[in-house]
Amino acid sequence: MKLSSKDLLGIKELEKDEITLILDTASGFKDVLKRDIKKVPALRGKTAVNLFFEPSTRTRTSFELAEKRLSLDVLNLAATTSSVAKGESLIDTSLNVQALGADFMVVRHSSSGAPHLLSRNVTASIINAGDGINEHPTQALLDAFTIQERMGTIEGLKIAIVGDIVHSRVAKSNIYLLKKFGAEVRLIGPPTLVPEEILSLGVKRYHDMELGLDTVDVVMMLRIQKERQTGGYFPSTLEYFRFWGLTSERFASAKKNAIVMHPGPMNRGIEIASEIADGSQSVILDQVTNGIAVRMAVMFLLAGIRE
Amino acid sequence: MSKELLNKQDIDRILARIAHEILEKNKGTGNLCLVGIQRGGVHLAGRLSKKIKEIEGNDIPVGSLDIAFYRDDLNIRTEQPAVRKTSVPCRIDDQKVVLVDDVLFTGRSIRAALDALMDIGRPANIQLAVLIDRGHRELPIKPDFVGKNIPTSMGEVVRVVLEEEGAKDTVTIE
Repeated sequence: MKLSSKDLLGIKELEKDEITLILDTASGFKDVLKRDIKKVPALRGKTAVNLFFEPSTRTRTSFELAEKRLSLDVLNLAATTSSVAKGESLIDTSLNVQALGADFMVVRHSSSGAPHLLSRNVTASIINAGDGINEHPTQALLDAFTIQERMGTIEGLKIAIVGDIVHSRVAKSNIYLLKKFGAEVRLIGPPTLVPEEILSLGVKRYHDMELGLDTVDVVMMLRIQKERQTGGYFPSTLEYFRFWGLTSERFASAKKNAIVMHPGPMNRGIEIASEIADGSQSVILDQVTNGIAVRMAVMFLLAGIRE
Repeated sequence: MSKELLNKQDIDRILARIAHEILEKNKGTGNLCLVGIQRGGVHLAGRLSKKIKEIEGNDIPVGSLDIAFYRDDLNIRTEQPAVRKTSVPCRIDDQKVVLVDDVLFTGRSIRAALDALMDIGRPANIQLAVLIDRGHRELPIKPDFVGKNIPTSMGEVVRVVLEEEGAKDTVTIE
């Protein structure tokens, strides 16, 4: 069993058994991360370049740590400090990076489809680390890994995704993945952030937290992206919390053993109350740890694809 | 053409003998642990520990080791190896570790297993037990306990099937 493409562009493009392969491989890497020596020689001699055209701390550091623990050589290029600021085109930048000898390019870009464009122009493996409002596949994979770890399975679970769905690449990747695995996906938020068109993905839509959270197994909170809220999608963050913030009272509608997830960074008091974020049912920090194992698995498996 | 080299009884007798040899060489079960290489080695290590318990009366720790991340052919394979569980239930620092595998061939898996073990801890020593030694070593590796030496040609395939995988115990060559 192997992956069918040299690139990881999105969950949409993956078959269910490819996702299962990634998750199974990730559990082997999770074992490695528990040891004193958290590094394996698997990809020794290969090079990864992290191309971040949009600010990111947590995804970039997670990828960087995953790369180092696979014994890859790592280079970080941030748009603000590179030739991009001097006007070089995306394709030219990637061709130059390839000429440096990159085997992997981990790409984050504010334009949806940027990694897809690169994948057609370079032979290195492209990994999408978030493109515009399209996808963030490794986040959905680490979320799936965390759900499986806690709940044993994804199939048949009721999973609520709460917040700014329309701007969220995390939500899109998660919807694709959870639907492929047979979960019931509910989207909760104000109509401005959960538009009707999204129903075409086979999900349910709720504008009321109590109704939406009723007997769910998993609550995935999304970050209110203040930088994308210039369009007046809701009156104020205070009002947002009053209606759609996850508080203990609202979380009581979910199943007793339900878990709470958040891709980070959290806005406490805007989308999530501290007592929930720090509570015993929160798996938010597990997600961070699992992110490294899942990203190691993706790179390990992509390294085996030869064209 | 496939020919049976060992049947269930043969395998059982061999493991009983190896269990005795391990105890003889290590003067009992003190500081001893068994680590099987995925997958066949894991089952054999489990069986050896049962035999050892029958003889000495005490349990010794048994672990499993996956060597996928340590292989030296990751750059030339057309498909990544399946990753299986590594679980070593004890600290191996200063322990006598008996590495168990089903077939010893080029020695490259053992090299990978040695590196994998060294990343888990620093054993007092590492010994090697194999059910079949089929020759053709490409690295300077020599087993301490051998079930059966079988001369083979490079192209032949030695297959070890164990009950734990759902079929009946047998070793064949084809």
